[in-house]
Amino acid sequence: MRDFLNETVRNMKPSGIRRFFDIAAEMDNVISLGVGEPDFDTPWSIRETAIYTLEQGKTVYTANAGLKELRMALSRYVKAKYSLDYDPLSEILITVGGSEAIDVGLRAMLSEGIEVLVPEPSYVSYIPCVELAGGTPVNVPLKLENEFKLKVEDLEPLVTENTRILIMPFPNNPTGSIMTREELEPIADFCIRHDLFVISDEIYAELSYGDKPHCSIATLPGMWERTLTINGFSKAFSMTGWRLGYACGPQWLISQMTKIHQFAIMCAPTTSQYAAINALEACDDKVAAMRREYNRRRRYVVHRLREMGVDCFEPFGAFYVFPSIAKFGMSSEEFCTRLLQEERVAVVPGDAFGKDGEGSVRISYAYSMESLKTALDRIEHFIQSL
Amino acid sequence: MLREELLEVLEKNARANLEDLSVMLGVDQGTIASEMKSMEESKTIAGYHTMINWDKTSEERVTALIEVKVVPQRDEGFDKIARRIYEFEEVSSVFLMSGSFDLMVIVEGKTMQQVALFVRERLAVIDTVTSTATYFILKKYKENGIFMEDTKKDERNLISL
Repeated sequence: MRDFLNETVRNMKPSGIRRFFDIAAEMDNVISLGVGEPDFDTPWSIRETAIYTLEQGKTVYTANAGLKELRMALSRYVKAKYSLDYDPLSEILITVGGSEAIDVGLRAMLSEGIEVLVPEPSYVSYIPCVELAGGTPVNVPLKLENEFKLKVEDLEPLVTENTRILIMPFPNNPTGSIMTREELEPIADFCIRHDLFVISDEIYAELSYGDKPHCSIATLPGMWERTLTINGFSKAFSMTGWRLGYACGPQWLISQMTKIHQFAIMCAPTTSQYAAINALEACDDKVAAMRREYNRRRRYVVHRLREMGVDCFEPFGAFYVFPSIAKFGMSSEEFCTRLLQEERVAVVPGDAFGKDGEGSVRISYAYSMESLKTALDRIEHFIQSL
Repeated sequence: MLREELLEVLEKNARANLEDLSVMLGVDQGTIASEMKSMEESKTIAGYHTMINWDKTSEERVTALIEVKVVPQRDEGFDKIARRIYEFEEVSSVFLMSGSFDLMVIVEGKTMQQVALFVRERLAVIDTVTSTATYFILKKYKENGIFMEDTKKDERNLISL
């Protein structure tokens, strides 16, 4: 029999660091600070809305782009939250998680030879999605000395005549870094100067702990028309399993993305879409309470790590801290494997998010204070033993 | 804002210590301590109680909610009669209510008989009390925001990116 597999797929590496994950999976009594999803239950009013619509039998396909009512609510929501103006009927697409929006957005714009600037460390799906869409990913190193913020000087040398797209992964998983409006301005200038399009993955936008609210790059002058803003319900509303995200952008792009979405997916899950309307319209207080709780944990984790002598910059977004373990003379994977074996605490090696994450580890604080305390006590014990 | 957030944390965990509170709220310990002291003095923080599920112990306890109708008194309104009631050690809470009765009285006792005796011999006989209706709690599902029985397991994977 011949080999039926697509070569790009065959050559794709499985995500993350296989060996470390395999060891972790075999262990008992592990206390984990290793997940990328919230620990809160989805607010009950959202779940109850879903139950109600199921009872009513609202279980048929929605419009391809998503329920009109949900897109109208989203249009009002992004305007109120982020000062973003999008027409609900032509500039918003409801997707199966933010992940689908990334994939479809890239597929709508890429073809052979087009280069996409992908800052790393960042979420693991950008590079495979670029490759699957036939494009060429170009790694842009985010640097510890810049607290993993993107700088024009790191971008400039990588631009070629084939560069078309920049991915903006802020607030960032795994580093927790955010970019303020002032920090985004030079990036916007750079994009306009080189006529680049931006795919801005803002899935953690609601989990931002700085003095100012999250700034969306599409709100900068000249950027709206060259930005696809991606967000979703997973992180802000603690709705990971509902698989619901959205993409907002100019009509010429959203209309083409809707075609791909229509043929590949048909529409996002109907129950989730109805529930999401309640999330947008009735859950502000609950999201704010979760944000305050994350913020308290964030301060606690950074404080504890620094106290035990671990170098840790203060991250202002998402629910991760990304301390440097370089001074302990181990690779990230070695550090995480030993921490797991000796203290039964699971954190993620930074290089799971790209080679520029080497030297750091990702610690998630999507855990109760009690779990965080126990885990940090064990990490402290481990550090003292080195 | 600090005051509200401090209360938000303490409401869920009265045992939170000064050091952790200071770190979590990003405010120095002295400020937290003086804020707590002033709220204790003003009775904004009225106590630091432990929530106990007595059903899990060998101790017998029953709780009754009692609707009480009273005749309010000139110049005193409901306050004087409320006090006649809340001074009893058996009474754990008293609320002035809107609606079809006046006072909601929560009484705890060892047995239903004991509570019934209290209502009959102490509460119903007060001059200004015109009627009482007693409801015993059969099961507590949720109290003060805590699910009494459900313990949820973390179903998330050990690691996800």
